[in-house]
Amino acid sequence: MAITSPERRVWWNEPVERVELIWAGVALLWGLFMFFFMIAWHFIGQQNLSNEAYRVVPDAYVQKVEDFAQKYQVRDEAGTPVVKPPAGVDVYLLGRLWQWWPVLELEKGQSYRLHLSAADWQHGFSLQPININIQVHPGYEHVMTLTPTEVGEFGIICNEYCGIGHHTMTGKIIVVDKQGAK
Amino acid sequence: MSTTYDGMASTIRDKTATFRLCQYTGLKVDVAAQRLIIANAVAAVVFLAIGGVMGLMVALTRWPAVHLLPAEWFYLILTAHGANVLLFWIIFFEIAILYFASAVLLNCRLVGPRLGWFAFLLMVAGGIAYNVAVFQGDSTVMFTSYPPMMAKPLFYISLIAFAVGALIGVGLFFATLAVARAEGTYEGSIPLVTFGALTAAIIAVFTLVTGAIILVPTFLWSVGLIREIDPLMYKLVWWAMGHSSQQINVSAHVAIWYAIGALVLGAKPLSEKVSRTAFFLYILFLQLASAHHLMAEPGISSEWKIVNTSYMMYLAVLGSMIHGLTVPGSIEAAQRRNGFNKGVFEWLRKAPWGNPAFAGMFLSLVMFGFIGGISGVVLGTEQLNLLMHNTLYVPGHFHGTVVAGTTLAFMAGTYLVLPLIFQREIIWPKLAKLQPYIFGAGAAGISMFMMGAGTLGAPRRHWDINFTDAVISFQHSPGVFLMMALNGISAILAALGGAIFVLVVVGTALFGKKIGPGHRLTFPLHVGARSVAKYGSDGTVKLPGTIVLVSIFFLAFVLYYFVNWKYLSDLWLFR
Ligand code: HEM
Ligand SMILES: [Cu+2]
Ligand SMILES: [Cu+2]
Repeated sequence: MAITSPERRVWWNEPVERVELIWAGVALLWGLFMFFFMIAWHFIGQQNLSNEAYRVVPDAYVQKVEDFAQKYQVRDEAGTPVVKPPAGVDVYLLGRLWQWWPVLELEKGQSYRLHLSAADWQHGFSLQPININIQVHPGYEHVMTLTPTEVGEFGIICNEYCGIGHHTMTGKIIVVDKQGAK
Repeated sequence: MSTTYDGMASTIRDKTATFRLCQYTGLKVDVAAQRLIIANAVAAVVFLAIGGVMGLMVALTRWPAVHLLPAEWFYLILTAHGANVLLFWIIFFEIAILYFASAVLLNCRLVGPRLGWFAFLLMVAGGIAYNVAVFQGDSTVMFTSYPPMMAKPLFYISLIAFAVGALIGVGLFFATLAVARAEGTYEGSIPLVTFGALTAAIIAVFTLVTGAIILVPTFLWSVGLIREIDPLMYKLVWWAMGHSSQQINVSAHVAIWYAIGALVLGAKPLSEKVSRTAFFLYILFLQLASAHHLMAEPGISSEWKIVNTSYMMYLAVLGSMIHGLTVPGSIEAAQRRNGFNKGVFEWLRKAPWGNPAFAGMFLSLVMFGFIGGISGVVLGTEQLNLLMHNTLYVPGHFHGTVVAGTTLAFMAGTYLVLPLIFQREIIWPKLAKLQPYIFGAGAAGISMFMMGAGTLGAPRRHWDINFTDAVISFQHSPGVFLMMALNGISAILAALGGAIFVLVVVGTALFGKKIGPGHRLTFPLHVGARSVAKYGSDGTVKLPGTIVLVSIFFLAFVLYYFVNWKYLSDLWLFR
């Protein structure tokens, strides 16, 4: 029994059931498959998290975002600037207590270099209802290439607990059709 | 050595300890170990009761139609819930398991019972201090306490005290193993259940030391002696403790599965070699699990993520999948020996479903595999993680592992501990019979509905998914609200099952009939439990039922895995 000592002192030499061997083999192969599939997705998939990141002083990052917003602001929504950068430029988004700043207006099918970082605490970038979720740290500037594939208004919520205003932390990405493609 | 008979049970004394002979298992039980097991189990249940009420309050707050607590209280109670159940309930119970698997199963005295009491008191003090710190306010940082968010020093100190206490308990386990071996209290190798406990203990040393490595500097930071804690480094080390310690839970509850199979059905491992190797795989690859919490993090390479998140090509998952066959397999083999040999599933149909130890154990096995296990592998896949990182999917997944799996297994084990160690007959057996089903249904519900809400994007640790006070509004899909309502209903069910459990344990401990010689147990053990002489591996057997079960499992696994890749491929493009 499992609560008593095995009969033979050297249990290593005991016989193994065939069904156990087969199952262990199946499980091993499945594990290997799943392992290599993650690697394969880097080649065949269109959704892989960028490894590009830099150390940054939070205040310096805030400054970069503000400069960016000033340069490309097109209008104002509920006191937050709406920023429409031309395709191809670097886009900056800031997480801070308690908002995602600024509102971005992007074009469908265009690729943007998106920079993500936080001013104070950790925040959780959560693009909804698409459901792309990325952790945001103060002091780390994360850079990725993002290509929206659908038109509409998308919410950004915060899904890393960031204090008492956590549930009020939102932002927005507006995706419009390519200019002239309408 | 002299043997005396005190009218209740035979008592054996030697120079160092007092033993009694268990009439059901024939084991020699060190009375000092027995007292410590009882104390730790009782403390565990108390913290489960406290933490369970908190879980219910959290779930009812997250049900938008009820929205029970105000925001500040919600976050505070959630900070308390995590630690009370995941740390205090689980670890107190595990210390009880370690004492049982060493001293009791090896017929040995427990080394250093006084130190055991010191460890116990330290852990109790730590558990109480943690709650005091949290309820004082200003420490609402969740039990993960990610910097730069800072709690009061007492918050960190209480966790360190608890961990030191637990580490001492683990040390006594090792010392007892050494003494048992030196004094030859058992023949040959240690039993499989003790081997599983040993696995848990080895991992516990690693994780408790890691916990100290990260919490001590964080404490110093909170009192102003250290300027800064890097948030990414903190997460890496904290989760080397936090996630690897989940492997302690798995080892411990798998050991309990085997123990219940043995005691209730007379099950023997199909082969010792396979089951032990599966445990050993946990030890080899546990440190890598920290990566599960860093998949969506900046500044970490994909290569590192892939190797670590998969525990080096899923070799630890392999361990769990092996147990997923050998545990039901050993039960099927035992039941066929017990005479239930008809067809593919007579062994399962005629299993003792009215015995809460067995029912809880089997439900735990099935739900751990299907709900917790599959979702865990999917969640831990580098790219798929981005679909659900920090959504409610995450708590959904780990309520599948640690509530439907570990907690239910420990509850099931308690139904054996009560008669065998407390030596009290279970009061309200009818209620006890229902308990695993009620709690199991509730636990399955909260796991799956939180996973559902997370799949639809609902965030974890979040007070208001209506975003009422947000400047920029956002509306979740109606499906999210449905999931949260179903989650609330399941939480009520789980809390009811939890309450019955606490009631039965406390009632039995205080008022249960004392078990004397010749007493017939309400929930009987297998006759084989008495004959300690039954050793070893099983002979060749046919296990068609188990083969069907694992085939269904495998199919569900593969399907669900690819469904999630399909979801992922529909997202916006990013690289
Ligand atoms: C009546 C039983 C229980 C109910 C209804 C329940 C419900 C919940 C809910 C609704 C959450 C919050 C999810 C969120 O907002 O992020 C939660 C969090 C959690 N639960 Fe439970 N739970 C129960 C029992 C347990 C048990 C027994 C354990 C551990 C063994 C456990 C471990 C946790 C942990 C670790 C968290 C995460 C806390 C955090 O995010 O910091 N729960 N639970
Ligand atoms: Cu935030
Ligand atoms: Cu937040």
